[in-house]
Amino acid sequence: MDLKLRIKMFRDMYTIRVFEEKVRVLAMQNKLPGFFHLYVGEEAIAVGVCSALNKDDYITSTHRGHGHLIAKGGDINKAMAELYGKATGYNKGKGGSMHIAAPELGILGTNGIVGGGIPIATGAALSAKYKKDGRVAVAFFGDGASNQGTFHEAINIGAAFNLPVIYVCENNLYGVSTRQTTVRKVEDIAVRAQAYGIPGVIVDGTDPDEVYKVAKEAVDRARRGEGPTLIECKTYKHHTHFVGDTDSYMNKEELEAWKKKDPIAVYPKRLIEEGIIDEDGINQIKKEVEEAIEKAIEFSENSPDPRPESALEDVYAD
Amino acid sequence: MSRMSYSKALGTAIAEEMRRDENVLCIGLDLAYYGGAFGVTRGLAEEFGTDRIMNMPISEAGYTGLAVGAAATGLRPVVELQFGDWVTIASDQLVNQAANMRYMFGGTLSIPMVMRLPCGGGGSAGAQHSHMFESWFSFVAGLKVAAPSTPADAKGLLKTAIRDNNPVIFFEHRQCYQLQGEVPDDPEYLIPFGKADIKREGKDITIVTYSYMVHMALEAAKILEKDGISAEIIDLRTIKPLDTDTIINSVKKTNRVLCLQETWLTCSVASEVAAIISEQAFDYLDAPVKRFGSPDCPVPFAPVLENYVLPNTDKIVRAVKEMF
Ligand SMILES: Cc1ncc(C[n+]2csc(CCOP(=O)(O)OP(=O)(O)O)c2C)c(N)n1
Ligand SMILES: [Mg+2]
Repeated sequence: MDLKLRIKMFRDMYTIRVFEEKVRVLAMQNKLPGFFHLYVGEEAIAVGVCSALNKDDYITSTHRGHGHLIAKGGDINKAMAELYGKATGYNKGKGGSMHIAAPELGILGTNGIVGGGIPIATGAALSAKYKKDGRVAVAFFGDGASNQGTFHEAINIGAAFNLPVIYVCENNLYGVSTRQTTVRKVEDIAVRAQAYGIPGVIVDGTDPDEVYKVAKEAVDRARRGEGPTLIECKTYKHHTHFVGDTDSYMNKEELEAWKKKDPIAVYPKRLIEEGIIDEDGINQIKKEVEEAIEKAIEFSENSPDPRPESALEDVYAD
Repeated sequence: MSRMSYSKALGTAIAEEMRRDENVLCIGLDLAYYGGAFGVTRGLAEEFGTDRIMNMPISEAGYTGLAVGAAATGLRPVVELQFGDWVTIASDQLVNQAANMRYMFGGTLSIPMVMRLPCGGGGSAGAQHSHMFESWFSFVAGLKVAAPSTPADAKGLLKTAIRDNNPVIFFEHRQCYQLQGEVPDDPEYLIPFGKADIKREGKDITIVTYSYMVHMALEAAKILEKDGISAEIIDLRTIKPLDTDTIINSVKKTNRVLCLQETWLTCSVASEVAAIISEQAFDYLDAPVKRFGSPDCPVPFAPVLENYVLPNTDKIVRAVKEMF
């Protein structure tokens, strides 16, 4: 695997981590409006998958979507400004955390509706196949979302028409407070692929190298016209469902066990051990990332609010 | 009487009905222990167990349909969606199935279920967590629609909804959950459907509204009073059935009417009320009927945009003054 790419994977994961931790603090200080679902602990998935994609490939994301946005190349100034509800945000302050899109990067939106993005990614894949433009689409979604009709219906369609789409399930074991195995009979989501006649793969969602490998294979398959793959990434989030939620449903021991696999701690060590980068190099990246995020906050705070009347614009296309 | 929040009043209504009738059960996301999205079912699993306070997978079409089937066969399910916005996912089961079944099957069965929908704007929740679809459901023959504004009404109407033998779509405004008020302790405290409540008497103008906008209208009425305009506030409480008599009698008295709602006006509850007034009280009007709500755009995220779009006290005051 390309060394530069692996270093970039660390940089991207660290960017997501710092972005999210800042959002957490800003939200608790009531500096950000709305509510926020953080991707902390799950960074290796978005980064591993998006590293296997081209800039013009499509993704659809979720309520927990900042990580996907950043991993797909999203500009952190515009992303942060959107969370602030500023005119300079990706979507002029109309969307906010759960509704950010950047079509120029193939990002078809974070999504407030659980399972809402899965058919949309399938539709983007239809568009790619129809136009023969060689693109693929990725649907990111949670383990909870895999119980929505949209998951089953879309995957069946994607499979039936051999669409170039990759279904990436981020299995963090919970949907809000509910342990998902209490509302589902199968342990693994990946087995559901069988029912639709496509491959289902399980991967350690805390290991960006592993995620990249299986994503690359699925992307190559999709580009060859061989249809979808379902990838189940086993993962765990470090914080509550949304910022400010009670932590009463969280399993502290399980969390501590997963934190030992925290990609932000483990991955740089691996890169150093393998001689790909040294400690100084890692620290340099961290410093650059932290500065960039501070700048993004500054940029957002100094940005103007949208004009109130702009609320009425963009409802219909001309 | 006990003082409690709207949220607690709803929980109390559910608990009382569950004690009274073993066929009442709750279905939804994170209801047990977590208490649902807004704490309404908090503590209920401890009393009734998880066979009756059921946590579901995230499958709105599935568990709404589950309730329809259970209701058709003798249970009285109370379904909670975490946010009413995704009733869209559940809508086939409500509109094509629940609403039609009794009629299509010649009255041979009924669907006694309640769909609880937390709804409404405020707090920068964005376009997928802020909308209210009460106008859609009021349009559908076979459904009933309630939208309480106060803790007491919340309790009395939810109990009636649970005992009703028809599918009831029950709109709970997010901004109301923490409102406190006096609530009757009587376990037989039932508010009949189709009975509006005059929340404030007045003589110069009638404001017909429901849900959270009742509170905005009451605030506006205080301000208008200082300017010599006495506003009567009618809280519809149920949109279907609609209490036409109370509306018409009030308009005959005040001769002016503002039909107020939070959401889009096109094909809305406000439009329906305006039409009824034009049909039945046209000769009593001293000014054209006026409607006030949100412009036809989704609820935006940024606070400045959301404030621009959603009705508030100042905007209501202005709208009323334009009528004099
Ligand atoms: C259709 C729909 N139902 C319910 C919700 C409320 N909700 C938001 S996130 C969430 C849990 C999602 O679980 P999962 O898909 O596993 O994603 P995770 O939060 O674990 O990343 C729920 C129930 C929603 N936003 N949309
Ligand atoms: Mg999950």
